[in-house]
This record gives sequence, C-alpha cells and structure tokens, in this order.
Amino acid sequence: MDILIGYSLYGISLLTVGGIYAILALGLNIQWGYAGLFNAGIAGFAAVGAYTFALLSTAPNPYHYGGLGLPLPFAILSAMVLSGCIAFLIGLVCIRLRSDYLAIATIGIAEIIKLFLKNENDLTNGPRGINKIPRPWEHLSEERFYTSAPMSWISDSAGWDSFFDQLPNWWWQPFFCGTILVLVYIIYRLLETAQRSPWGRMMTAIRENEGAAHAAGKHVTRRRIEAFVIGAMVMGLAGAMLSQHLKLIDPTNTFDPSKMTFLVWVMLVAGGSGNNKGAIFGAFLVWVIWSASEIFINSGLHLFGELVSNMDISLLKTRAGYLRMVVIGLLLQYILQKYPDGIIPESRPTSKGN
Amino acid sequence: MWQTFGFEFVNFYFIPGLVVGCIYALGAIGITLTFGILRFANFAHGEVMMIGAYFTWTVMTLVKNGLGFPIHPLVAAVPAIALAISLFIFVDRYFYKPFRSAPTIRVVMASFGMMLVIRSFVQSVWGPNQLTFVPGIARPNETVKSFTNSFDMMILMPNKHFWIIAGTFVIMLALSWLLTKTKIGKGMRAVSDSPELAKVSGIDVEIIIRATWIVGGFCAVAAGVFLVMDLQMLETTMGFRMLLPMFAAAILGGIGRPFGAVVGGLVIGLAEELSVYPWLGNGPLLSPGYKTGVAFAIMIVMLVLRPSGLFKGRLF
Repeated sequence: MDILIGYSLYGISLLTVGGIYAILALGLNIQWGYAGLFNAGIAGFAAVGAYTFALLSTAPNPYHYGGLGLPLPFAILSAMVLSGCIAFLIGLVCIRLRSDYLAIATIGIAEIIKLFLKNENDLTNGPRGINKIPRPWEHLSEERFYTSAPMSWISDSAGWDSFFDQLPNWWWQPFFCGTILVLVYIIYRLLETAQRSPWGRMMTAIRENEGAAHAAGKHVTRRRIEAFVIGAMVMGLAGAMLSQHLKLIDPTNTFDPSKMTFLVWVMLVAGGSGNNKGAIFGAFLVWVIWSASEIFINSGLHLFGELVSNMDISLLKTRAGYLRMVVIGLLLQYILQKYPDGIIPESRPTSKGN
Repeated sequence: MWQTFGFEFVNFYFIPGLVVGCIYALGAIGITLTFGILRFANFAHGEVMMIGAYFTWTVMTLVKNGLGFPIHPLVAAVPAIALAISLFIFVDRYFYKPFRSAPTIRVVMASFGMMLVIRSFVQSVWGPNQLTFVPGIARPNETVKSFTNSFDMMILMPNKHFWIIAGTFVIMLALSWLLTKTKIGKGMRAVSDSPELAKVSGIDVEIIIRATWIVGGFCAVAAGVFLVMDLQMLETTMGFRMLLPMFAAAILGGIGRPFGAVVGGLVIGLAEELSVYPWLGNGPLLSPGYKTGVAFAIMIVMLVLRPSGLFKGRLF
C-alpha cells in the first residue's frame, strides 16, 4: 500500500511540474507560435513572477522587505501583472527588432533581472533566496492562515489542528496538482479561442507576411506587443506556480537563464509550435523524458557501482546529470531537422469555424 | 596629479578595462563574421571560447604531468585551436548546414541548442566546478614598474596583461592582412556584403563559410585563453557570461565589420570597468554587481538609435 502511494505521489509530482512547464510552453506559444517572437528570456519572466508571488505572499521576516502575507490569489495576479508590465516596457523598445536581435535582447533582459535579484539584498535577500513560500492547499495548515479570517469562522485553531493532524501529510499534493492542471486547461481554452478569433488570425497574418499585414492596415507593432505581454503574463503565472512548488527560490539555480529557457523551447518545438495541444503534449513528453532519464541513469549507475564495488559513483552521478542535458540538446537538433513542425503540427482554423 | 588621481585610474580601471576589451574584441570578431557571412547570431560562440580554454588547460596539464615541464598557455593553445576549429566545422556540417535555405530562426535555434550541448558536455567531462589555470597572484612586471616609476608614473602591469594586449594586437594585424590582401579574405568580405553577388561572380560560398569558421574559431580560442589567463581559473559558465558583451560589441561596431567589432569590444570593455570608477563622490558610479549590465545597456541604445552600428554594418 505504501509503495502504491509512493508511486502515485511520484506520478502526481510529475504531473504537477509537467503542468507548470506546460503553462510556460503555452506562454511561449503565444509569443513564438502565434506572433513569431523569439523570446530567449523565459527564465527572466518566470523569475519575475516567482519573486513577486514570493514577496507578496510569504510571512513577514527580518531578512528582507516584502513578506507581506497577502492572500495567494492576489499574489498570483500581481505576479502576472508585473511580468506583463515588464514585458510591455521591453516590448516598446525591442519589439521591432529582427528575430536574432530580439533573442539577444531578451537574453540580456533575463540577465539583468537575474542581476537585480542577486544584488538587491534588501528586497530579494540576494543569492540566499526566499524560502517558506506558501503552497496552495498546504498553506491552509499553516497557523497564520487558519487563525485568520475565513478559516477562523469555521473552527478555532485547536479544531483545525486536530483536523490537519488526522490527514496524511501528503493530502495537499493531489489538490495542488489538480489546481495546476485546471489552470493549464483554462489557459488552453482561452488561447484556443484567441487563435480562432480575428485577433489570432491577424497574428498569423503578421507572422507569415508582415508587409502584407501592414499594407492591409493592421497595426503590426501593437499586435506584437500584445502577444509579447500576454505570453509574459502566462510565464509570470507559471513562475508563481513554480515558486509554490519549490517553496525555496534563489536567483541562480532556480532560474538558470539558459537551462530553463532551453527546456521550454525544446518542449514547444518538439510538441509543435503554433499548436496549443502540441505545446502541452511537448511539455509533458519532455518532462517525462527528462525525469525518467534521471531515474534510468541513476539506477544504471547504481548497478554499475554494485558490479565495480570499489568505486565511488557519486562523482559519476553529478556528471551524468550534465550528460542528460547533452542528450536533450541532441534530441532538439534531431527534432529540428526531422520534424521541423513538431509532433503535432500547427493546424489552421478554416473559415467555416472549427 | 598622478598620485591622487591617475595612478588609481590607470592601474585599477583603465588597464583592466583595456584587457577585458581585448578579450571581447577577439570574441566579437568571430560573432560579427558569422553574423555577416552566414546571417545568423551564433549563440554557441561563447561556448567554443570556453571549450578552447578547457582544451588548452588539458594540454598544459598533460604536458606538465607527462613530460615534466610547464608550457606557456599560448603554446598549449595551438593544438586547442585546431580542436576547436574542428569542432566548429563539425557542428556546422551536421547541425547548421541542413538549415542553410530554411528560415534563419531555425539555425538560431540550433545554435541555441548547441550552446547548451557544448556546455553540458564540458560539465560532464571536466566537472562543473572551477579549475585553477595558473596558481598564485600575478605580480606586476618589475621592468615596466621601475621604468614608468622613473617618470613618476608608476604602472603596475602583470605579464599576463602584457601578453593579452600584445597578442590581441598581433592577431589584429594578421587579420587585417588576411581580410584585405588575400583572396579568401576578400571573398569573405564580398560574401558578407552580398552573398548573391559573390556567388554569381564565382566565389565558392561553402569554402568561404569554412574559412569563416576557421578565423572565428581561431579568434574565439585566443579570446578564451586570454580570458582564463586573466581570470587564472576556468569556469563552465564563462562562455555564456561573455556572450552578451560580445554580441554588444559586434552590434556596436556594425554587423559584418571585424574592425568595428574590435572597436566595439574595446569600448564595451572600457565602459564596463570605468562604470565602477568613482566619477562622482566617493562610491563607485555604478554598483559593481551591475557591471555586466553596462554592455546590455549600450547594446539596447545602439539597437534602437543606430542599429547599423558605428561603422555602418549590415542590417537584416
């Protein structure tokens, strides 16, 4: 029974993180799939979302400002809004740049965001990062929540205490996973509607032939900024969810500007850019490959360690993690060459509706 | 005047800025040539710099352990350059060439992927931790010190800085000879200006592309070796750290303009170091933590105000 719970909990956490990456991939799909904007600074926007959420929702603490202890939904919305605002400012300046230049500029922006998070110790606690980020559902069992407003109406703190004590300690995991999957579904539905709407068709027109769209009287720059901002807001949301999942974030390791960005790109390109189903499928597929390869390599190394008993495999273990990255990178190259449109290619909505 | 103001400025801000600028300049040459001739931003360039430095370190260590005498990094760099150029040509053949006629963005993405592949490869072979390149503190060159001191203008310059500046100067001279006097160099400039026109006038573009990788690879490894000579340690993330300033230098000088890239590199290097000089009051003008943001700021200003760069580079 315990083993069964263990396996299903592993599956749930796989779905949780896969779902967060799916949100990131959907955000990128708006920018790249819909509008053709090469954003190489995904980690930067996710970091903005994560830090906004963390600073607004954590309990007050002596190490840095923030820690306002605000309600979680408000903090999530703020994360989206701030991420969008930053994208808007960047868009005003950089959106006209050609794809490569935009990629360089967005890499730079992600670096600047990282520098800011690392150096503004008073606000962000610098390289040490922020911990004890509340996680939805699980946070209900924190004292500061069940002693305050809506929860304290139902029962007093002793009552809540005994209620949470009788639950298994993983009770929140399925709920958190469900929340994320619901979010993925909502964003998916919204984006599908957007793609079929006149706005979405106009975005495709701009992406395919900017000159013609411009000549037809479409405001190319404004539409591009819109796509960039909406995509960044979705990424900010994903960042906020990621910070909840991790509970501890720091500027360098959590938001490694290249690794995280890169993984999301592989997901979108593998799944099929321009297709929201493809983005979600690619996210889960790559995430499962990524996690499964870790287990395979580790158990393989373990077996190897058993066979060659007088050898320390811990060194090999850390190295193998990087080898995994090489494999994923080569996988991207293979997909780029063999399936340039992804596993589920983009399907154009017909004029008759669906 | 010298004691109160110049000594500190020249020795602790200007010379380090010049050294960093030389490194950026060498790296930016490769980026600007690839950008001009192959028409895409090669994100893997910084990683080739990094792997070149790791090859150099390996050659030095092997020689030291195998033959028992230390060799100068610049000697060890020769086989490393050959290896890095082979890597460049291999990557081009199998990962970039299939996209020659596809939209640019695909090859940019491929290079973005190669960036991670090369870095992760280095991390899995040499390990993710820092390695010491040359141990100990670099002492200033005594001759330069006493010579300049006799004019009351003491300059503290370790040998490594001398090597870096002189080496960059020599490479620059060789490059200018190559680009203006040889057939292949003229071909490179022709393809950079107009690939179609170059093709109809009988230039073999594939050979020019190979030459571009050779020149770019040479400069990249030189830059990487100079960088680790300056830092005295190797890090797997240093290639990525250099990428942004090098792009900034290439854009500042104008895409496809190698000499523009050199000027751009020197300007960016000096700007980064001088931005932390206490120009106003006692504290540094810009908090040192934000030093790397300077290159980015210059790049954005250039892209918005004058995207063709200082020397009228190509615009895509």
